[in-house]
Amino acid sequence: MNMLEIEDLHVAVQGREILKGINLSVRAGEMHAIMGPNGSGKSTLSYALAGREGYAITSGRMSYMGEDLAQLAPEVRAARGIFLALQYPVEIPGVTTMNFLKAALNAQRRARGESEFDALTVLRLVREKAASLRVPEEMLRRALNVGFSGGEKKRLEILQMALFKPSLAILDETDSGLDIDALKLVAEGINAMRAPDRGLLVITHYQRLLEYIVPDRVHVLADGRIVAEGGKELAHELEAKGYAGLAKDAA
Amino acid sequence: MAAIQETRDRVASLGDRYKYGFVTDIEMERAPRGLNEDVVRLISAKKGEPEWMLEWRLGAYRRWRGMREPTWARVHYTKIDYEAAYYYAAPKAHANLASLDEVDPKLLETYAKLGIPLHEQKLLAGVAVDAVFDSVSVATTFKAKLAESGVIFCPISEAIRDHGELVRKYLGSVVPVTDNFFATLNSAVFSDGSFVYIPKGVRCPMELSTYFRINASETGQFERTLIIADEGAYVSYLEGCTAPKRDENQLHAAVVELVALDGAEIKYSTVQNWYPGDEEGRGGIYNFVTKRGDCRGRGAKISWTQVETGSAITWKYPSCILRGDDSVGEFYSIAITNHFQQADTGTKMIHLGCNTRSRIISKGISAGRAQNTYRGLVSVHPRAEGARNHTQCDSLLIGGNCGAHTVPYIESRNSSARVEHEATTSKIADDQLFYCLSRGLGHEEAVALIVNGFCREVLQQLPMEFAVEAQKLVGISLEGSVG
Repeated sequence: MNMLEIEDLHVAVQGREILKGINLSVRAGEMHAIMGPNGSGKSTLSYALAGREGYAITSGRMSYMGEDLAQLAPEVRAARGIFLALQYPVEIPGVTTMNFLKAALNAQRRARGESEFDALTVLRLVREKAASLRVPEEMLRRALNVGFSGGEKKRLEILQMALFKPSLAILDETDSGLDIDALKLVAEGINAMRAPDRGLLVITHYQRLLEYIVPDRVHVLADGRIVAEGGKELAHELEAKGYAGLAKDAA
Repeated sequence: MAAIQETRDRVASLGDRYKYGFVTDIEMERAPRGLNEDVVRLISAKKGEPEWMLEWRLGAYRRWRGMREPTWARVHYTKIDYEAAYYYAAPKAHANLASLDEVDPKLLETYAKLGIPLHEQKLLAGVAVDAVFDSVSVATTFKAKLAESGVIFCPISEAIRDHGELVRKYLGSVVPVTDNFFATLNSAVFSDGSFVYIPKGVRCPMELSTYFRINASETGQFERTLIIADEGAYVSYLEGCTAPKRDENQLHAAVVELVALDGAEIKYSTVQNWYPGDEEGRGGIYNFVTKRGDCRGRGAKISWTQVETGSAITWKYPSCILRGDDSVGEFYSIAITNHFQQADTGTKMIHLGCNTRSRIISKGISAGRAQNTYRGLVSVHPRAEGARNHTQCDSLLIGGNCGAHTVPYIESRNSSARVEHEATTSKIADDQLFYCLSRGLGHEEAVALIVNGFCREVLQQLPMEFAVEAQKLVGISLEGSVG
């Protein structure tokens, strides 16, 4: 069974159709990359998968571990193991990062019928992950994403992924706006997540990230449709021809 | 709104009794309805008060007769019939339930959410308490500890009898008998409240909150509190409770007076969670409170912190008179209104002395169809050379049917004064909410988290033990406000 199965998915935002029939399947253990120009619908796909309000499925279907995703509230999806790293992580003033992580982790655990972790356990878990991502202790005491640099925000997203141990992780342009050192760190973080029981969907605008991670499949999204699919080599082809060239070939 | 279901049910049923007059199954010794000199005399006599106190009350009563209820606040309510109300009832015997099993499970659920210890739950719910946790014995322990350091802490009725000279000197010296309609009414009929005196140079050995909480919630309809910190003294006092409380009296008019002499500091924290009325705006407490502190000495400091989540109507402006040079006034406020609640609250900082400083941080949260107004005055008098004020008013709206209003008055009559005012109004952003949901937090938990973050600067001012409960209360107060 595929972990994620997307069939002829159409999604509209404020009445305008953005995704126009997407087909995609991800098996456990696989890493897929979705590439595409701005406005092709990459973020819309990630929001639809995470269940953001306002992203209406007009036809088609998304199933996750055999279950219709549309029936599940976003927080339920999170508890069942879907994680979305946002392109623009959101600031929440007055809520310390550490507190937020604890609240989120325990909310997921509660929903799964597991016992909650006490503050010390969470602290230990977070520190473990923070060290490898070079997230300083001080950052965890600051309000969530408030005044964080672009790189810090992205690293915190990766830290959350490592902490929540999702079954399906979707990373929406986690590489954008990063310098080369930060990019390497993030790539390491993604690679460390590869596991036989986990699916990864990496959305990126640039081929750059794919120098550090090796996806099993690459899908090219343009104007709400997947216009090309292939192995890792497709990314290089894309680099050479550009999105326009590739879209022309597909047409 | 599960949190106040119990109080709602009980008060709703009591609401009917109001209509038909009280049934006699409540064991209370009451004065007849309405207010006249005889009722005032009765109250004074029941409390065994000295003659001067009776005269003081009568003076207030006569004055009140000629006064009009103020209408300038942004609150709307059905006219209060002062002649239909009761102004005296003897305190009830406490325990009327045998065990917690008899308490409404909804109320217990709320206590559990707030994390209130079991023996305190019993006290709050009116359950007989076993010998180990007997409130009287606990109170005795505390009393001994306080007495050692010379602190006087007792019901004000007791203070009038035992410390008459102190009460007489300070009562009405901060909030004059003639101050305003509600304060004058309180002066005539106040039931009880607390009296605190901290002697010169003494740092009160404990938060008076602990004692207060355990020693029960005899916070009545017309509460009167007087706190005096003598030169160099310090006290932290917490009034109220996070647990929802019921009261069969709809009208509340409390007066709190604080006096800080040279170098003294008073920290006064309030958590107010009176019955707010139901989701359609029926019932609920009308809370008209006059709270004022006088920094009477040089370098004195008075700090008000309030978390206001209850009551249908809140009319309350804890203020500071910065009389002494170099004195400091602070006001930290969280006011949460949901459903049909209305709050008109803020502060007055009156700068009289040189180099006086004040700081105002107000966080108003409005949800449902509620209206939330910050009303504040910063007044700098000509003599107040070098006075400084910083005011920050933030409003958060949840949903599209509520309102937030900010009415800051600034009067500066000294050119060396520096007065700053910042105000923001915001909504919980969709992307903040989605971010929380996508991390597994439920809708209400997400709102509670975001709102707590919004209030953080104020929550930090609360004594530690209450900060945690207050955080939970913030979430509970907003239950049912979104979706």
